[in-house]
Amino acid sequence: MKKTTHICLGLLTICGSAFSAAIAQSINIIKDVGPGQEPPILVSISGLSGEAAQVLQFDLYVQGFAFTNAEAAQYQVIGRNNGNLEARVVQRINKSELLGNRVYSGPFRRQVHRFADDFVNALPGHAKGIAQTRIMFKGQAGATSEVFIADFDGHESRQMTRDGSIVAAPCWVPRRLAAYYTSYKLNHADIFYHDFSTGARRVFARYGGSNMSPAVSPDGNRVAMILSKDGWTDLYVSNADGSNLRRLTKSPQDESSPCWSPDGQWICYASKEGERRSLAVIAASGGTPRRLATPTASSPTEPDWSPDGKYIAFTSQNGGNFRIRVIPAQGGEARDIAEGEDPSWAPNSRTLICARRAGGRGNYVLSLLDVMTKQVKDVSRISGTSSESQPSWAK
Amino acid sequence: MKPIQFSQLLVLSLILTVAATGCKKTPVKVTDMNGPRMGYNATPGDNTIPNLPPAEAIAAGPEAQTSSGHKEGIPQLGPGRFQGYIPHPEILKAYSVYFDFDSSVIKSGEKPKLNSVADYLKGHTGEGLRLEGNCDERGTEEYNRALGERRALACREALAEQGIDSLMLETISYGKDKPVALGHDESAWRLNRRCDFVVLTPPAAP
Repeated sequence: MKKTTHICLGLLTICGSAFSAAIAQSINIIKDVGPGQEPPILVSISGLSGEAAQVLQFDLYVQGFAFTNAEAAQYQVIGRNNGNLEARVVQRINKSELLGNRVYSGPFRRQVHRFADDFVNALPGHAKGIAQTRIMFKGQAGATSEVFIADFDGHESRQMTRDGSIVAAPCWVPRRLAAYYTSYKLNHADIFYHDFSTGARRVFARYGGSNMSPAVSPDGNRVAMILSKDGWTDLYVSNADGSNLRRLTKSPQDESSPCWSPDGQWICYASKEGERRSLAVIAASGGTPRRLATPTASSPTEPDWSPDGKYIAFTSQNGGNFRIRVIPAQGGEARDIAEGEDPSWAPNSRTLICARRAGGRGNYVLSLLDVMTKQVKDVSRISGTSSESQPSWAK
Repeated sequence: MKPIQFSQLLVLSLILTVAATGCKKTPVKVTDMNGPRMGYNATPGDNTIPNLPPAEAIAAGPEAQTSSGHKEGIPQLGPGRFQGYIPHPEILKAYSVYFDFDSSVIKSGEKPKLNSVADYLKGHTGEGLRLEGNCDERGTEEYNRALGERRALACREALAEQGIDSLMLETISYGKDKPVALGHDESAWRLNRRCDFVVLTPPAAP
């Protein structure tokens, strides 16, 4: 019954009308609302103060929740905190407990993240909680940049490289504390593989010309990249150890920013058709690329395929304006979500992290956005860097 | 955090030695190869180029798609080609080629600079050239990295057409990571949409 109540409430909120349709139809109506058009789930928080309330609100906001008083909320979070967080969640409409009282221990922010995940994971039909996930990104200070890792909200950041050189496009290897990234450390644009758990790294691609934009496949076994060793910037794929390199495109036009479909069968990348930039999809085993039309979205680049396979997020550029758009992977309407560039999906397939130009100075800040509600929040700034960009969400 | 273990990096970098395969029906192979440990000395500002075995050119995979009506790209060797060469960014500093926004087309007004670069190389047989492509800050990061590379490749093709040995020309793109002008308007942007030429002189004979 919990599921039924939740779904019907959502429907009432949207339409303001009584429902008589079958439950199955109600579910369909909710899902068809899609990116950018879902109302937030209303939550009240009582008994929590200071950092506990701040962290919880941040965690929930970027997953499609908004906050109101206890009388208007769908869900009431009732808790207290003095060192240990203690909280439960009640459904306002029938006073039943969605989540029984729990007591948390450990580092304080972590306690709140765990409660946020418990709450979100208890909601029927809602995407899985992401409050305990992490991100990787490029952090720039002056003329140099390094790879960083942080909690998804920007806290607990750690600098992973100390090369005093330039890095680009770090890509988190699924289920491992490791990354591929471009490094200029060796006075050449190479792709490194870096196992952060041991500190060991190796040159993964150091062909003639520039070795760019590594993207590891969801199973971790292959890497797509942009190389210029054959005289043009083209898309290549190799095994995760660099063996079995294969050229997928052969075009004097630009190719950039490859990403993988979750089943590893397809690669989407930014390309050009005639003089117009476009997105293209090609079989990872090779073949004829097909254009992914993005009507109304000019100059698409930086695609990223959602882990559930349904959507591709990308950057649309119009003059100096950069917007995150989301399009069904099979083609369709490219919905405008928010300002930003270089989106990376969270494992929940509904939250994105992107880079946003701050203050017109060419510097970036990282920003989280909930695709379904268009709710946006910047992550915490990283100490010691002037610009954070090129995020990659751990999956 | 643990210190970075460059010894491991070194050993594993040997993987990059590439075996050329000309067979049209089989996928291109990259062969692992054992070899001696090599000197590794590439701190920022260091003038040496790291010691790695040269990669040989690889034919395109069987499923590669060709754009109709265009010639092939000109393959380039791996960076080991210029091991020990000394970079001289100042020699051809005055001949940086500038580009229009979002373009890798060499403008007619810029072509005399490429003639001068070609003349220099013709008079200095045995020297290499690094072509460094750059962009202004307006595009997205990896798009710009590819765009900068295409600018360098366009200059490389133009020099090859003038008879310069393309294997003495290597490209690198910095995207928008290495602007020479730090402003945020066209007066800075036009200076950042460029290809710089860095002369590489062979190490002195012992």
